[in-house]
Amino acid sequence: MSLKLVLEMFPIALMFAAPIIMAALGGLFSERSGVVNIALEGIMMVGAFAGASVTVVLEPVTSMAPWLGLLVGILAGMVFSLFHSFASINLKADQVISGTALNILAGGLTVYLCQIIFRQQRTRAFSSGLRKVTVPLLNKIPVLGPMFFEEIYPTFYLAMILVALTWYIVQKTAFGLRLRSCGEHPQAAASMGIDVYLMRYAGVTISGALAGLAGATMVLTQDIQYTISSIHGTGFIALASLVFGKWNPWGVLGAGFFFGFAQILSYYAKDIHFLAALPQEIFYMLPYALTIIALVVFAGKTVGPKAAGEIYDKGKR
Amino acid sequence: MPKIKANKANNSKIMVPLFAVALGFALGSIVVLITGKNPLMMFNAIIQGSTGINLARGGFNPRHIGELVIQSMPILLTGLSVGFAFRTGLFNIGAEGQLMAGSLAATAIALTVKAPVFIHVPMVLLAGMAAGAAWGAIPGFLKAKFNVHEVVVTIMLNYIALHFNNWSILKVFGSVDRVKTAEFPVTALLKDPWLAAITNGSRLNWGFIPVIMAILAYWFILEKTTFGFGLRAVGFNKDAAKYAGMKVERNMVMSMVIAGAFAGLAGAIITTGTFSFGRALTAAEGYGFDGIAVALVGMNKAPGILLAGLLFGMLKTAGPLMQSAGIPREIGGIIQASIVMLVAMKLGLERILLLFRGNRQGLSFLSPDSEEAGV
Repeated sequence: MSLKLVLEMFPIALMFAAPIIMAALGGLFSERSGVVNIALEGIMMVGAFAGASVTVVLEPVTSMAPWLGLLVGILAGMVFSLFHSFASINLKADQVISGTALNILAGGLTVYLCQIIFRQQRTRAFSSGLRKVTVPLLNKIPVLGPMFFEEIYPTFYLAMILVALTWYIVQKTAFGLRLRSCGEHPQAAASMGIDVYLMRYAGVTISGALAGLAGATMVLTQDIQYTISSIHGTGFIALASLVFGKWNPWGVLGAGFFFGFAQILSYYAKDIHFLAALPQEIFYMLPYALTIIALVVFAGKTVGPKAAGEIYDKGKR
Repeated sequence: MPKIKANKANNSKIMVPLFAVALGFALGSIVVLITGKNPLMMFNAIIQGSTGINLARGGFNPRHIGELVIQSMPILLTGLSVGFAFRTGLFNIGAEGQLMAGSLAATAIALTVKAPVFIHVPMVLLAGMAAGAAWGAIPGFLKAKFNVHEVVVTIMLNYIALHFNNWSILKVFGSVDRVKTAEFPVTALLKDPWLAAITNGSRLNWGFIPVIMAILAYWFILEKTTFGFGLRAVGFNKDAAKYAGMKVERNMVMSMVIAGAFAGLAGAIITTGTFSFGRALTAAEGYGFDGIAVALVGMNKAPGILLAGLLFGMLKTAGPLMQSAGIPREIGGIIQASIVMLVAMKLGLERILLLFRGNRQGLSFLSPDSEEAGV
């Protein structure tokens, strides 16, 4: 494995890591507020569908189409996540089942709308998604330049900013403290005058925005159109990154990198001497197998929000 | 007096899924309306898909009834799989992967073993069950031993099963067209020309016999055996079951093993009944998610799962008919997801139902003093 190969792998790995990180940050907001969001996958599908559709439709009109696609992806994710909030916060639904329902719904709804709008099982292909950028000057830094600043999708930088922003909001602001208190002990939070319902709505809606952004990012950087298998489990990998990253934004960042690299090994295995002999399918399985291993290693030591997944009832003491 | 009360409680339990189904279809109709199509065409397709009678144009085709059975069989079994795990307090989203493991094992036995039909077919089915059981044992073991949440593990195992299946089909068993293996010998197949003939050329096969046996086994194990009681006890209250001296960890693993066997059987039936060759798949086919819907709507009880399996089988057979009437078949998925969502809101729905009956308790809907605090 030469240095050249590593340098070559980096931008691709970052491309795969960005949506995982974004969606995992979404999961972080939701779980910190006390709502388990297994619907990240489904929300990503909706975001990806919305992003791809808007890009296809607006492409002839404006060169900003992919960016508008990202924006609409965020909005679509927020709206879609409201189902989850309403079901699990107001109607006290089991959060895992409600999330599963959204995952099923996302598959049906997006392909249904594809058929209505594009008369086929997928969106029409867009001619160009987001464009890669090269950061002037910084790309001249030896080693680091080609790794992080040459031919990189801007969404990767967006993901980095979101990590820092999430850390600041969750750990350093009053809002973040209130959010976390709802995920640790909602009754205690309520006794201090915090509106638990409102905070949980905020957590899930922010998670919808981030997962929607993640989905749109994924389709606009890794695909040419939205199909039912565009997201292929990335939402669940994001969920595992959250556990792996110990519900901490910086941990999520590390886990995202890890899974980003795991995903691209299948493309580069043939160039890596000791991996070339293994069948391609092994590498397809790898990210998912690593997820399980990561969960086993970190289970028991989990430091997740105590009340995540618990239905909040004002009457409980 | 207490007896009447229990009856009433039971009634409202049955009301929730029925209400959810009705509301789910209503929501589906609204989606169809909004997108400029006629919901009546959707219902016509559903009726035609399940009875063979075309109300709009007249005519009867028994092929649809055969197809209804074919479509219901696998989701009934994945429904049993999900339901069985639910009864032990586990959420098995991995029925899809267990099904693929079963289908792969069935392919292996069908292609490599030479035996007369009355030995070959049971071998194929048992191999499918064993492989599904083994695949289900993994999340069960990880949950029991390391307390890893079964939901993420089973989802990951679905993807691993998919790629493992494709690798085996293409590289181990070999494929000429990169899609399927060679045809199985006739001795391995559940197909029967007679069954196809009486249903006007449908894919109906003998798979319904093991499916009926599976439903009976599900009911018998859970409701009539001490072992089943132990499993349900873990589902009700893990700590209490442990305190009562039950082997909680072992029960969790066993529950996932049996759940996996149901799903594995589905894989074997699809592979040697609906098809006659092993298949490489581009993506999961959704039987696992269908199973979740079937189990939830069927309230994890054998008769309920049977009815719910037929209900969602109906939606599936209606798919192509809707498509040809200009309504995208994915509306079936949308209706299904709405129903799952509504069943998940059980607590909320129960109170809405009480409200309809003018019960005063219902008026305290979402009030702070509700009795079912934080369940």
